[in-house]
Formats: sequence, structure tokens, C-alpha cells
Amino acid sequence: MVGAKTEGQQATVAPAIELRGISKAFGPVQANKDISISVQPGTIHGIIGENGAGKSTLMSILYGFYKADEGQIFIHGEETQIPDSQAAIRAGIGMVFQHFKLVENFSVLENVILGVEDGAMLRPSLAKARKTLKSLADEYELHVNPEALIEDLGVGTQQRVEILKALYREADILILDEPTGVLTPAEADHLFRILNGLRDQGKTIILITHKLREIMEITDTVSVMRRGQMTATVKTKDTNPEELAELMVGRKVLLRVDKVPAQPGENVLDIKNLRMVDDHGVERLKGINLNVRAGEILGIAGVSGNGQSELLEVLGGYATATGEIRINGDPIDLTGKYSDGRSRRERGIAHVPEDRQEHGLIMNFPAWQNIAFGYHHSEEFQKNALLMDNAKMVEIAQDKMDRFDVRPPIPSLEAKSFSGGNQQKIVVAREIERNPDLLLVGQPTRGVDIGAIEFIHKQIIGLRDQGKAVLLVSVELEEILSLSDRIAVMFDGHIMGERMPDQTDERELGLLMAGVTGEGDS
Amino acid sequence: MDLFLTIIQIADSGLRLATPLLFACLAGLFSERAGIFDIGLEGKILVSAFMSAAIAAVTGSVWLGLLCGIFASISFSAVHGIASITFRGNQLISGVALNFLASGITVLAAQAWFSQGGRTPPLMGEGRFMPIELPFALGRSDAEAAGVPLRVLIDQANPIQQIYSEFISGHTILVYVALLMVPLSWFVLFRTRFGLRLRAVGENPAAVDTAGVSVIKLRYASMAIAGTLCGLSGVYLATGLGAGFIKEMSAGRGYIALAALIFAKWKPVPALGATFLFGLLEAIANRYQNIDLGGFVIPVQFMQALPYILTVVILAGFVGKSVAPKAGGQPYVKER
Repeated sequence: MVGAKTEGQQATVAPAIELRGISKAFGPVQANKDISISVQPGTIHGIIGENGAGKSTLMSILYGFYKADEGQIFIHGEETQIPDSQAAIRAGIGMVFQHFKLVENFSVLENVILGVEDGAMLRPSLAKARKTLKSLADEYELHVNPEALIEDLGVGTQQRVEILKALYREADILILDEPTGVLTPAEADHLFRILNGLRDQGKTIILITHKLREIMEITDTVSVMRRGQMTATVKTKDTNPEELAELMVGRKVLLRVDKVPAQPGENVLDIKNLRMVDDHGVERLKGINLNVRAGEILGIAGVSGNGQSELLEVLGGYATATGEIRINGDPIDLTGKYSDGRSRRERGIAHVPEDRQEHGLIMNFPAWQNIAFGYHHSEEFQKNALLMDNAKMVEIAQDKMDRFDVRPPIPSLEAKSFSGGNQQKIVVAREIERNPDLLLVGQPTRGVDIGAIEFIHKQIIGLRDQGKAVLLVSVELEEILSLSDRIAVMFDGHIMGERMPDQTDERELGLLMAGVTGEGDS
Repeated sequence: MDLFLTIIQIADSGLRLATPLLFACLAGLFSERAGIFDIGLEGKILVSAFMSAAIAAVTGSVWLGLLCGIFASISFSAVHGIASITFRGNQLISGVALNFLASGITVLAAQAWFSQGGRTPPLMGEGRFMPIELPFALGRSDAEAAGVPLRVLIDQANPIQQIYSEFISGHTILVYVALLMVPLSWFVLFRTRFGLRLRAVGENPAAVDTAGVSVIKLRYASMAIAGTLCGLSGVYLATGLGAGFIKEMSAGRGYIALAALIFAKWKPVPALGATFLFGLLEAIANRYQNIDLGGFVIPVQFMQALPYILTVVILAGFVGKSVAPKAGGQPYVKER
């Protein structure tokens, strides 16, 4: 607040957005408490905070989804009421949501004019939008085919459509909510170029993210939120990632993963010429050769949708494939009776699936049942020949939840009632302690906040240090680089090449992820 | 009688039988395009048929009957809307409940009102919609002038006149209204701002909401349109195709209309084709009670079952890829 005020006095123009004492409570939960910020026009302002810190609530208030209990909003120096989205649009605020609000089977044009058509007939509106879009595209390097259907466009392009939508509504304040969550590094760079261009044209941009790298790279000022409160607003050039992380979490956080060099042993997993065709007849795995040794983390990098998910599905036992997979030298069944999840677990493969809500948990079931699932056949959970020992399951769940710091540690709570990070801890707690020879981990920290990320990473490295093999799939390059002992890059169902983490960088991996082969790769 | 004329006559009958299906199918189109499953078409047809016949019987005015029939159907639509839009209830359950309600309340009311075993008195004169003879078509006056029966006159006419007089002319006003509704629906859905928003709300209501347009209002508007069209379906059934209300006279037409809607991939012009096909099948079944295929007789029951069999075949997915509006059946809840 103090910092914001001095800034306001120095500048000759009124702030593009100024919030004074915004508070919002949902029942007993105080989502926003006395929040004040001031954003100068023509700047990029970052808002950073963990999941549940209140960033999205604050932006929803700005966009008219919620009404603040207290506080005032000033747009360009004038106090403004924003009771609904229409009012936000009138005030010149445009919002690019994390989950795009696009109609998939509509064209780009139709999506752009939706809600701001000129008149009852479509044709004149479409014609006008076509023109405007062209000039916007030239001005901001936002080239999109206006007639293309959204469903045929990649995520990066869809995001550009969202930005165009906001610009078409003559927004001069643009709010982007976690915009890079779905983008490849190259697409993210493209987005940042666009945002820089928009700033240079005098637009004000608010970037909400939990990625420190993005904040450091593109913002002019940054505000940190923690538990509904604004803990600091600083100039980006006067801060560093460590300080921001500490402000976010409220304690010191290790950003660099601390680990001793790997001491790889024998091959645990051996994959030879693995091929897989999906339900639509598309070949997803086109002859994969890989190995993972004991005491080693093999990271698989790649843009999502290049076969990593399918590889995990085959290994986890819920997709069939051809080729050969050996565990500790013995082949496993890829198509027959023993190609299911239970058989895989019995062979010593534990699996933290990519999509924990879809494959890792049953959201409507309590935590204790979720912790037993997959291992409910095991001896310890049987009371007698007929009945399972529920009390024992609850007891074990309680123990695991305590040790894995699942919050709240209540075994009877349904899985859906936990936050993303705590759901992931439940899955990790279940899988990691079964003494597996091989741990499959897909996107271990997707939608998980920074404190929990640190914890989950420690668990994975701990398992490696016990001499177990770990196969890690992640779309977060940073995660791959910091955790892996060896990195393989997947593209279009192929392994593009392998790299050692200390001998490569994001740029080189990014090229491999885009299918560009380097020297020495087949 | 030659084969050509027979085909024309079957087509003519098919068009009449397709009309209630077409109205109902378009009703379903507006509703489902806006993201509301409308399994209650059947019930709406039934209440509208009953109300229109009852009011027409009492007042002797088919136009009053028409208004009341539409009103009854819209009331049912409103209940469906309140249940599924405002209270975010399950749309299938709401629809099925309305069907049961319609099935019971019409017979009960008819019995209490007219005491004729759950039917309304037969409609006569102004109480019914009468066929309209288009200009230059052969009709009763031409037959009287020529002094021969109309049959003979048409038999002797040239093929174009035959098609015009038998197939195109001689329907009630509602048949023409139904046909007019096809291009009109297309225009509204694909050429107007309202249509764009309506289609968007059935695909991704969140997109409409964030664009600052009310999802609730749009969905209620779609319910009102569906109610009106479905009402016309029932009115035609009782006062155009038939002459009064009889128990369960909708006979599954609401469901067949839904099958036709899937067949038509939620588009107005194909909806005309799909419903006409169902109408034709019914016409054939009516005309050829038993088809003799040289020693083997196809029983009448099979012929009458044909439209329903086709429904099953269509629903089993033999029509290729048919993608329903994505947000269909889901109540809209604002995201946090």
C-alpha cells in the first residue's frame, strides 16, 4: 500500500487501475482482505501467489463476477462500479481466462463478435469484425485466420483469439490468468512478445501466475498474495525469485532441488520397439526404446500429446501395445490377461497418473478408501476370507496423511474436498511406500502449489536414493531439468534424443520438443 | 390408378403425417441448441392437443383452440425451464415427469369435462383447420363445374397439375406454417445475433456469460420458442390431422421427433428431410396394411412398427457422426 502510494504520486497520470481496501468473504473464508494495489498505465503488473491465495477472486471482482464486500475500484482515476461483466467490458477491462471461454465449433470471427454484435443481423457484424481484426492483427502481430474454427486451432492460437476478443471490445486493461499453463516454451515466448507489444502501445496488462520465471522475465512491477492478503508490491528489477517465493509461501523455499549425484545400478525398465495404436487408429508410439536404471530418475520432456501419456498408460497397464517391455529382465504381458493395473503393481510398478482426478483418485470417495485402492487386495487390508478390514485402512490412511502432511489430515473427507496439492500428496503417499522397483510419475506437480511441489519432489528423490527407478513425465521443463538424472525428449511418438541435464538447456530441449533433431540424434 | 399418382398420394399423406413431427423436431432443435435436453416434447404435444381440441369443442373456434394449445405447451415448457434452468435440476427427469403428467392429466381432464371416456367431442366446421385449396389447384368447385368426380379430374390432369393439386395444395394452414418454419429457423439460428448467442449457449455457456450476455434469459427464450412450436405440433394433431383429442394421441411422436433431430444433426433443413422420411413410413404403413411379396405377407404390425424400428436404428448410431451441442443437459453454474 505504501509503495503503491508513492508510485502514484510520482507519476503524472492516474493509475490505470487502483484498488483500495478490497475485501471479499465466502462464508467464513476470507478470500480477499483489505487489498490495495495501483497499476500504472502502459506497464505489465504481475500478481503472484499460491493456489488459493485469492488471486482469482480478486480478478473475478475486477471482471464483475463477484461483488466486493468492501473497497473501491478506480479506473483511470475514476471510481467505477463493476456489477457484471458487461460493466467490466465498458470500463475497458478484458480478461483472458485460464480455461478459454471460446465456442469450439464457431469460427474465430463468431467468437470475437459474440456479445458485442452490431445489430440483430450477423452479416454486417461479421464484415466489420473481419476488417477490425485485420488491423488489430497488423498492429499487434496477432495473426489468426478469422474464418478458422476454434477446434482446429492449437492452444496458443486459441489464446490469441481470446486476446483479440478483448482488444475487439476495446479493452485497454488486459488481465491474463495463468496464461502459460497450457503453452509450450516457444508459444509462451510468442505470447510474451505479444504482451510486450501491447504494453508498448500503451495497454496495461495484469499477469496472474504462479511461475516465478515469468514474473522475472516480463513484468515491471509485481504484487505477492498470500492467504487473501497482499503481502508486498515491488519493482521486478529490485527483487529476485528467492525473495518472491519466500513472500508467497511465508517461509524459505528451496527453488533448486537439492540432490546428490545419482548412482545408477542395473536396468530396471527396458523398453524395446514399443508401438501403440489408439482407439481412433492413430499410431501414438512409433517404436520407443528406453531404459531406466535403479537409482536413477529418467525425465521425459515433450509438449503434451506427443505420446508421453500413452507411454504411461501402457506401462501402467491400461492400454495395450506391441513390442517388448522388461522389468528386471523379465518381459511383461502387453496385450493379454496380465496387462492390467493389478498385474503391473504385482510386478513392482507403482504409478502416479498424469490426471489424478481421472485416474488417480475417485473424487467422491473418502481419502482412506483412495489410499487403499489398487492395493486393497493386499494381506494387511483383509479381516478374514470375506471381509476387508476398514478400520485398518483408516488407520493406515491416517498414518500416511500425517507423515505426508496432507491437509486437513482427515481420512473420512472425500477426495474432492482436498486442494490439488493435497490430492496429489494422497496419491503419492499411496504409491511411493509400496516399495516399488519402478515408479511412474506423470505431471507430479500440475496444479500443485509451490510448497507442495517442494515436498513431492523430495519424496521422488528420496525414492531414487533408496535405489529405485523413476520414470518422470512432465511438460514443465524446469521440473524435468531439476529432477532428472537423464532426460529423453519425446516428439510425435518417437524419442528424439537423450541428454544429460547438466549438459543441456531449455533452448536445446525446446528444439527437440518441436521435432528439430540436433547433432548425433537419429 | 397409375403408380405415379399413388406415389404422389403417399407423399401427400406423408407430408401431413410429417407435420407434427416437424414442429416438434424444430422445437427440440431450439431447445437442445440452447443446451436444454427436451425429452418432454411428447408431453407438450399431448397437452397442447388436448387443450386445443377442448377449447375448440367448447367455443367452436379453432383459433381460440390454437392459442390455448400453445399456451398449455408453453406452460409445460416454463415448468421444464424453472426445473432445469433456475433450479438446475436434471433435465431428463424433469422431461419424463412432464410426460407422465401430460399423459395422466389430459385423460383425467377430458373425462371430467366431457365424460366421453377421456376424449373430447369430435370437432366440426370452424372447430377444425380445413384444407386450403391453392390457386389453380383442382378442387371440389372444379369437379362440380366439370360435372365429374374430383378423382376422375385429377386422374386425367397432367403430372405437374397432379403434383400441385395432390401434394402441394389441399393442406391445412398449419402444414404450410410448418414448412415455413424450416427456413425461418435456419435464418434465426444462423443469420441473426440471437441465433449466434443461442447456439453459443448450447456449446459453451461460460463464453456467453463472460461476453456479458445472460445465459438464463437465452435459455428461457429457447424454452418459449420450443413451447410454441411444440404447441403447434399438438394443435395440428388434434385439429388438423385428427378431429378431436383421443387418449395418448401423440403416440410417441415426441420421441420420434428427437430421433429425427439426431438424424438431422441438429440442423433445420435436414430436420425437414428426417421428419418427412418418418412421415412417409407412416403413410406407407397406413396405405398398405398387408404387403404381399408373392406368398410371403408382411404383416401390418411390422409396417406400423417401421417408424419406431427406424428410430431405434437411428439412435443406435447408424447415421454417422452426429455431435450434440456440447453443453446439452448441463445446468450452467458460474465458475469461481
